[in-house]
Amino acid sequence: MQAAAPAIPPTGLHEARHEEAGFWSTYVFSTDHKVIGIQYGITALCFLFLGFCLMMLMRWQIAHPGQPVPAFGPLLAAIFGDMAAKGIVSPDLYNSFGAMHGTIMVFLAIVPLAFAAFGNYVVPLQIGAPDMAFPSVNMASYQAYVVGGVIMFFSFFIPGGPAQAGWTSYSPLATSIPTDGQTFWIIGMVFLITSSLLGAVNFIATIIQLRAPGMTWMRLPFFVWAQFVTAFLLLLAFPPLEAAAIMQFMDKVAHTSFFLPTGLAVGGTLAHVSGGGSPLLWQHLFWFLAHPEVYVLILPAMGIVAEIIANNTRKPIWGYKSLVYSVLTLGFFSFIVWAHHMYLTGMGVKIATFFQTTTMIISIPSVIVLTCMFISLWGGSIRFNTPMLFVMAFLPMFGIGGLTGLPLGLSYSDIHLHDTYYVIAHFHYIVAPGTIFALFAGVYYWFPKITGRMMSEFWGRVHFWLSLVFMNLIFQPMFAQGMAGMLRRMADGGANYSQARVEGAVGGLSPGIMNLHTYILWAAVGLALAQIPFMVNLFWSIRHGRPAASDNPWEATTLEWQTPTPPPHGNFASPPVVYRGPYEYSVPGHARDFTPQNEPG
Amino acid sequence: MDIPYVVQPREDTGLYNAKVGIWLFLASEVMLFGALFSSYILLRVGAPAGYWPRGWLNVPVGTVNTLVLITSSITTVMAWAACKMNQFGRFKIFHACTLLLALTFVSIKSYEYHDKFTHYEIGLKDGRIADGHIVENHPQADHVVIAGRYVQDRRDLYDLEVRKAPHHHEEISIPRAQIESMERYGPWHNTYLAIYFTLTGLHALHVIGGAIVIGFLWGPGSKLWETDPERFTNRIEISGLFWHFVDLVWIFLFPVLYLI
Repeated sequence: MQAAAPAIPPTGLHEARHEEAGFWSTYVFSTDHKVIGIQYGITALCFLFLGFCLMMLMRWQIAHPGQPVPAFGPLLAAIFGDMAAKGIVSPDLYNSFGAMHGTIMVFLAIVPLAFAAFGNYVVPLQIGAPDMAFPSVNMASYQAYVVGGVIMFFSFFIPGGPAQAGWTSYSPLATSIPTDGQTFWIIGMVFLITSSLLGAVNFIATIIQLRAPGMTWMRLPFFVWAQFVTAFLLLLAFPPLEAAAIMQFMDKVAHTSFFLPTGLAVGGTLAHVSGGGSPLLWQHLFWFLAHPEVYVLILPAMGIVAEIIANNTRKPIWGYKSLVYSVLTLGFFSFIVWAHHMYLTGMGVKIATFFQTTTMIISIPSVIVLTCMFISLWGGSIRFNTPMLFVMAFLPMFGIGGLTGLPLGLSYSDIHLHDTYYVIAHFHYIVAPGTIFALFAGVYYWFPKITGRMMSEFWGRVHFWLSLVFMNLIFQPMFAQGMAGMLRRMADGGANYSQARVEGAVGGLSPGIMNLHTYILWAAVGLALAQIPFMVNLFWSIRHGRPAASDNPWEATTLEWQTPTPPPHGNFASPPVVYRGPYEYSVPGHARDFTPQNEPG
Repeated sequence: MDIPYVVQPREDTGLYNAKVGIWLFLASEVMLFGALFSSYILLRVGAPAGYWPRGWLNVPVGTVNTLVLITSSITTVMAWAACKMNQFGRFKIFHACTLLLALTFVSIKSYEYHDKFTHYEIGLKDGRIADGHIVENHPQADHVVIAGRYVQDRRDLYDLEVRKAPHHHEEISIPRAQIESMERYGPWHNTYLAIYFTLTGLHALHVIGGAIVIGFLWGPGSKLWETDPERFTNRIEISGLFWHFVDLVWIFLFPVLYLI
């Protein structure tokens, strides 16, 4: 394979300038966007693992309510005491696990991984910048994230355990449960919000200011566009949740009544509060963040998918401009659909109509994005390497997740499906085999740039096929359970409402539906096992993987591949100049089937 | 490669990096305060008729504080202009004024907080309510003394603007045995005070944070002037933009909480 792109001579510049940098300033207190990206990535992967473990414990409890957790039972009893007496997950502990699974997965795992880790590492490289616009702010962003994560993690070990009111933390439930876990949750969230605020400002400023000469807006790789819109969502949607968190903190600590209505009774007695507050206010502020947050979860994934599709079909992504305008539209509309999470709060028909309309409208750009990706495959000579396999699976998985969202966006069908396992299946299809698959693809794809070595193709395929099968075995049955009326957040997995308990009860959950719990548990175990090849592959390949053939082993066009491997501090040996669009693959008349963005002419 | 546009503006955007950053940061601040103002509206609209306080805050004091902040905004601009005109001495003087004005604002705000925290609503066993500032409240004494008045209906405490008659604030001595409940005007007292303390408290934190930054640039941070005056001037501009925003928030807070 010939050397990729205009060969950039290795330079002594980097070593000369940073000779004296020690371990702490290189790996812990680094201001280099690439190191920060890797820090984010590793920390977020750890939290992803923690969130996954919580889910396994919950699945055990759902399938076998009241039975001690095998193997890990004594450990649970040692950590949580009475809440896990004899290794049995108590309903309180189940609630804690549910709340923390959601919180950890959304705010500590997926968003930091998709936005902060990949964004930090890739965006400055792709736009031809030496670093982020504010490197110190970038470091502060990571540190705030770690502090937030530590606070959340620490709350597992306080008396009463962590927050129990779901990741949505609805008031007055959240402030009425007698555990300080909720206070930890709020303080942790404030740090995480600060972190994402600093990150978002940095990303937007970097993309606006530090684009290399010639890198016009319509020459930006789609991944950069996706991160750009994501950053705006974080910038503008998180502050209202911060305001809400401050008010809930006041409710909890200063005994105000922002979200506590007049006449509130807790545990059968009148709560000693002034009242006059509005529980709905919390829900509005929360979902004003949390719906754009959904797009924060999915947009970076779409960006990764576009990069990998173009690279492995060896042709330009179809409808680049449509993709850009779609993602901008998605960003805008994501701010005016939030109340479709609240149809059951008794809102008026007119308001429900408004939010149903905007929800149907927002599905249009989503479909355009997905369609562009599918059409991009058409006529390509596709290279089925591991990143591409994950991306190919992302498309239908995201499709299932998206289409099953439509019935939830219409108030009439939502009344039936609200708060059931159908909802769980729907958004997990988007985030788990959707976003997480795209993230896996990203890891396999950019790994050679980060380390100079390839991850094992064989074990990558094992990881892919097992994950794909088990993901579907886990989430597909939940659609059936949800439509049969099984509610989420029940510590006994619905045993109390089963026909086995109340024979012939109208609407009781049938044995067939209840038995699915066991299948899902074993599929989850299978999914856990399927991640072992990934973890081993990831760490083993850092030192022992096959060396990448060149700085550009995938023969890609975008700028991150036109750097030395791994890119030194400052990234480019000489300032890059951009001459063409991001996806010039298979240009007729060219000797090679890819033309890097910085190739003149 | 060094990071470009740290000091000089980029040609096509016309901005240097930090200016883009501060405007983005201020956009998120707008959303933060916007959410709290929206909450204010929702709480006020949801309050039962006659139970949203009016005239609870001292308008002349609030007006003085508004003027203090506006003046500090002017001195901030003057300080920046002095830097631009290469007059470092004038910059020092103007920003000293900014800092003093910030201190004045926080002091006046503390006085207002103190006024609320010494104000009690005391429910008596005969159904009357005594309301006023505490004069004497020793735990051992069998009487509590306040400077205030008695009302029969709790609603009489809420709308102080329609009561044209001057307040009769006389010292009332209440036997402790008669007291059923006693609560000061803290954030827990009702949702108006909750949003009042939250909004003004968050704003005061911004004032203090801004003052710390300006204080740093006035003191140790001003050494940058000797090595890179242009970059220093940019920093004054950036901190000034933040200071104007803090000022602007107060311009909204004042009518919302004090006047309407």
